[in-house]
Amino acid sequence: MSASAVHSLWTTAATAAEPISKIDAPKIEYAQLSPTLIVIGAAVVGVLVEAFVPRKSRYYTQVFVAVVALAAAFSAVVALAASGYGTTKAHIAAMGAIAVDGPALFLQGTILLAGILGVFTFAERRLDPEAHGNRVDAFAAQASSVPGSDSEKAAVKAGFTTTEVFPLLLFAISGMLVFPSANDLLTLFVALEVFSLPLYLLCAVARRKRLMSQEAAVKYFLLGAFASAFTLFGIALLYGYAGSMSYATIAHVVDGTVTNVDPALAGTMGNDVLLLMGMALVVMGLLFKVGAVPFHMWTPDVYQGAPTPVTGFMAAATKVAAFGALLRLLYVVLPGMRWDWRPVMWAVAIVTMLGGAIVAITQTDIKRLLAYSSIAHAGFILAGVIATSPDGVSSVLFYLGAYSFVTIGAFAVVTLVRDAGGEATHLSKWAGLGRRSPLVAAVFAVFLLAFAGIPLTSGFAGKFAVFRAAAEGGAGALVVVGVISSAIAAFFYIRVIVLMFFSEPKPEGPTVAVPSPLTMTAIAAGVVVTLVLGVAPQYFLNLANQAGVFVR
Amino acid sequence: MENLIALLIAAPLLGAAVLLCGGRRLDAVGQWIGTVLAAASFVIAAVLFADMLGKSPEDRTFTQHLFSWIAVGDFRADVGFQLDQLSMTFVLLITGVGSLIHVYSIGYMEHDERRRRFFGYLNLFLAAMLLLVLADNYLLLYVGWEGVGLASYLLIGFWQHKPSAATAAKKAFLVNRVGDMGLSIAIMLMFTTFGTFAFGPLLGTEGHSGIAGDAGEGKLTAIALMLLLAACGKSAQVPLQSWLGDAMEGPTPVSALIHAATMVTAGVYLIVRSAAVFNAAPDAQLVVTVVGGVTLLFGAIVGCAKDDIKKALAGSTMSQIGYMVLAAGLGPIGYVFAIMHLVTHGFFKAGLFLGAGSVMHGMNDEVDMRKFGGLRKYMPVTFVTFGLGYLAIIGFPGLSGFFSKDKIIEAAFAKGGTEGWILGGVALLGAAITAYYMTRVMIMTFFGEKRWQPDAEGHEPHPHESPSSMTIPMIVLAFGSVFAGAFFSIGDRFVHWLEPVTGHSEGDSPVSALTVTAATMVLLVVGAGIAYLQYGRSSVPVTAPRGSLLTRAARRDLYQDDFNHVVLVRGGEHLTRSLVYVDHTLVDGVVNGTAASVGGLSGRLRKLQNGYARSYAVSMFGGAAILVAATLLMRAV
Repeated sequence: MSASAVHSLWTTAATAAEPISKIDAPKIEYAQLSPTLIVIGAAVVGVLVEAFVPRKSRYYTQVFVAVVALAAAFSAVVALAASGYGTTKAHIAAMGAIAVDGPALFLQGTILLAGILGVFTFAERRLDPEAHGNRVDAFAAQASSVPGSDSEKAAVKAGFTTTEVFPLLLFAISGMLVFPSANDLLTLFVALEVFSLPLYLLCAVARRKRLMSQEAAVKYFLLGAFASAFTLFGIALLYGYAGSMSYATIAHVVDGTVTNVDPALAGTMGNDVLLLMGMALVVMGLLFKVGAVPFHMWTPDVYQGAPTPVTGFMAAATKVAAFGALLRLLYVVLPGMRWDWRPVMWAVAIVTMLGGAIVAITQTDIKRLLAYSSIAHAGFILAGVIATSPDGVSSVLFYLGAYSFVTIGAFAVVTLVRDAGGEATHLSKWAGLGRRSPLVAAVFAVFLLAFAGIPLTSGFAGKFAVFRAAAEGGAGALVVVGVISSAIAAFFYIRVIVLMFFSEPKPEGPTVAVPSPLTMTAIAAGVVVTLVLGVAPQYFLNLANQAGVFVR
Repeated sequence: MENLIALLIAAPLLGAAVLLCGGRRLDAVGQWIGTVLAAASFVIAAVLFADMLGKSPEDRTFTQHLFSWIAVGDFRADVGFQLDQLSMTFVLLITGVGSLIHVYSIGYMEHDERRRRFFGYLNLFLAAMLLLVLADNYLLLYVGWEGVGLASYLLIGFWQHKPSAATAAKKAFLVNRVGDMGLSIAIMLMFTTFGTFAFGPLLGTEGHSGIAGDAGEGKLTAIALMLLLAACGKSAQVPLQSWLGDAMEGPTPVSALIHAATMVTAGVYLIVRSAAVFNAAPDAQLVVTVVGGVTLLFGAIVGCAKDDIKKALAGSTMSQIGYMVLAAGLGPIGYVFAIMHLVTHGFFKAGLFLGAGSVMHGMNDEVDMRKFGGLRKYMPVTFVTFGLGYLAIIGFPGLSGFFSKDKIIEAAFAKGGTEGWILGGVALLGAAITAYYMTRVMIMTFFGEKRWQPDAEGHEPHPHESPSSMTIPMIVLAFGSVFAGAFFSIGDRFVHWLEPVTGHSEGDSPVSALTVTAATMVLLVVGAGIAYLQYGRSSVPVTAPRGSLLTRAARRDLYQDDFNHVVLVRGGEHLTRSLVYVDHTLVDGVVNGTAASVGGLSGRLRKLQNGYARSYAVSMFGGAAILVAATLLMRAV
């Protein structure tokens, strides 16, 4: 091997130096991205805390960091919205990667609030009995130890706790913040993975029923990876179609208003088969995340297996983020294609509403029941998405906001009802709960009524908004199916209420643990938001209305 | 001046609010507050009346718009008042008779502990009744309509410790609900047909006619019949008449004011006010006359058999309102006379009831006429005023009833054709029966030997004249009974007064007025004579004889309650039972069947969820394939 060859491989020949054209530094609007940056920063700090802070004080430090970061990020969102980034100053930031507009800010705000409540439920340490004098939370003492092994026992004895869940949560939230505001397909995909991977992990670290938890995590991971692969394939096809990852450019190509064509791509560009397949596959990836039929199969297993605080957070925030991304994709990138995607989405919405509602009827586990309920709700929200009107956007935004609080609250209540084996999630154990703990049962009844969409709860206002938008958008038949599914769904919600209030309590029934103010706050916030949005929804509907315009 | 209209209602409303919310500390002065405010309302009415008289007949409609009550899209309901000659007539009657009865009640209710509440209810009634006749649209009228219903309910059941009173109040309320339903349906029909229910555009104001006549006759007939149903409920016309007799459980001033002079005539007001609708619906008008004619005889026959003085008078009220409804059904030839009879009836029937109250007051609240007798010596003032009322109601020449009832009989003949003959004949027959039952009441109460006995506790009644607070109103009303008819009729004063609002046309009677008057006189003498022979010449047994079939039927109100029980109560029970059966078998069958099949489907779908990640992945793959295929297919189609 000659010296010159080596030279040419490893160094730049001085003579061959062409003048390197100056690379422009990307222009990043840090202030406008601050919510996401704060959360990512806090997550990194959380990792450092794990490394450097003594074990005893990690829990408090982590909770503190997480809450402060989320609150700061929320204030940043509010500040951005207040200074008009949601309406008049909405624009595309970060060299076209991130949109800062009404829907993005609204959903980010919702995710951050859900995140704060999520941290509260994660941090709850009074429900499980103390292990060797240490207060413990819902997470395994040491996630890496094999369930039932000596090392696990040692970890429990030593009072270990998995405080890593807080940075993991923050990473997930940061991905979720980017997801609905992503303005090119690559950012979308990265955000998808950033929020999915921590969630896979979080599913695996339940303190009780670890095997089930791990099984759930594996399933979630496998199926999530499978879905991601489809999404990625779709992204590739769309790139092939448009020659760009950017939403705006793709939209231009779809509309036929593109100005300059890259000659290298001229062969494939504008090929509608690529567009249609790409669209279908990317949409499929998002439908997987929202849990729409037939991509919903992971939902019940994962919801049941994951630690309940994780389930609550995941059910709320993932749905918000994924629907935000779906809305942006369909409204910004593919509005010109709506005659192609609407019929397909119609079908998906119908089978999702009916499937979720029907299968929920025969569930016997409260967490699985809520999982199927979340599938049905995904169908309802899809009905609003299909409206393809400003009303459709704002109704979906409102629904997501209302739904996330109900969901977190409901799962938080589930963590309270316990027996010797941990949470008593089998429905038969909930019989007569209303006699034993009227307050908890009443609160849960409020959440169930909200799920069922009974007037004076946020569920009614939200459902009414999406169905009205769908009906005005010409999807009357969809609304009929939606109402029928709501009727079916009402059956199993009310059945739980009847079970709680009108059945005799079992002698060996579960007890209701008294939580710390953390969980209480989460539940109270859920109740308050549910009732306020139900009784006086107009202010929030207006807010969603103002926020309902995408920047392009 | 027009701003005073609201004050008319505000005064008694204030009274009701103060008295009902004021608590015990007002117990001592409650009756004075109530009476003064009622009188204040009358004074305002008089001022407005004077002002109205000063204007030419064309400008006598006063309106006052207060505020927009409900405005949703095209639907608009205002709170506004319309005071024209028709409302003015009612306002004067209501506030005038109302004030007198307030005064009377001071004496009558003197020993009642809940007197303050009683006056509060009376004031509430006045306010609601004034709202009813002053409203400038049907929706607001409906508010007043329900308001008087409420006041009536509260006052019938005022002595709620008596189960019979509580039951009677409930009965009145329920029967009235049927009529109220008619009014609400009529209002809804008007709104869907015309897009409004305001009097102005609907019924027309002076100078231009309203749009009420523009709709198809079928719709107008439906509206008119619903209005008639409402009128039947409030005015105790067949078939909704059954509550009025029981309503006599209320204190007698209430019977006089609400169940004789004012509220029960609200149905007549409604029909006359809606003249534009009825004029365009001749079929409905025919039904109105039939209802009026039937009730006229019905009430009169019931009145003949009752031994309870108030119930006899209640039958009479029903019958006299039957006259008014009959006249109102005749159209423009009858409207004015319906209202005229309404006013004169307000005087003499209120007077009669107050007289009856006075008798009861002196007789330890005894109402059975068989235990009265010979009271003229003990209660001279009552006897004279009651007697004048009696002469007025039977149509003694020169007294009020003579003028007003005669006009109705003439108008009935003037309807023309066979209908005219039948209606006229019914009205004449009614006049004869009226003379009979009123003479019977008169003789049994004031003439013959005294028949009263000690009551169960051995108290011998000591009949005595009532205090002046009670007799003065009776005297004033007696004046009205005597002179009102002549005053209205001489020179056709009343016709000219009301004509701009209701319209008036002289009918073409096949029988001359003189003939009608003569026939009436003959029948009057015959009716009164039979009564005299039965009750004046021979003694009246203290316990009622068994009586003829008709008497027994009439005592039971011609089996109206039995009819209601068999047809409505039993029928309702059967209907409910069969509906429950259908619900259990058919509806529940379908529901349970659906639920079972959904449940079955759920169970089967559930099996798809088998826990294997591989089959989930297959499902996702299949889904993705279908999604892609469907998207491509959509484009291909």
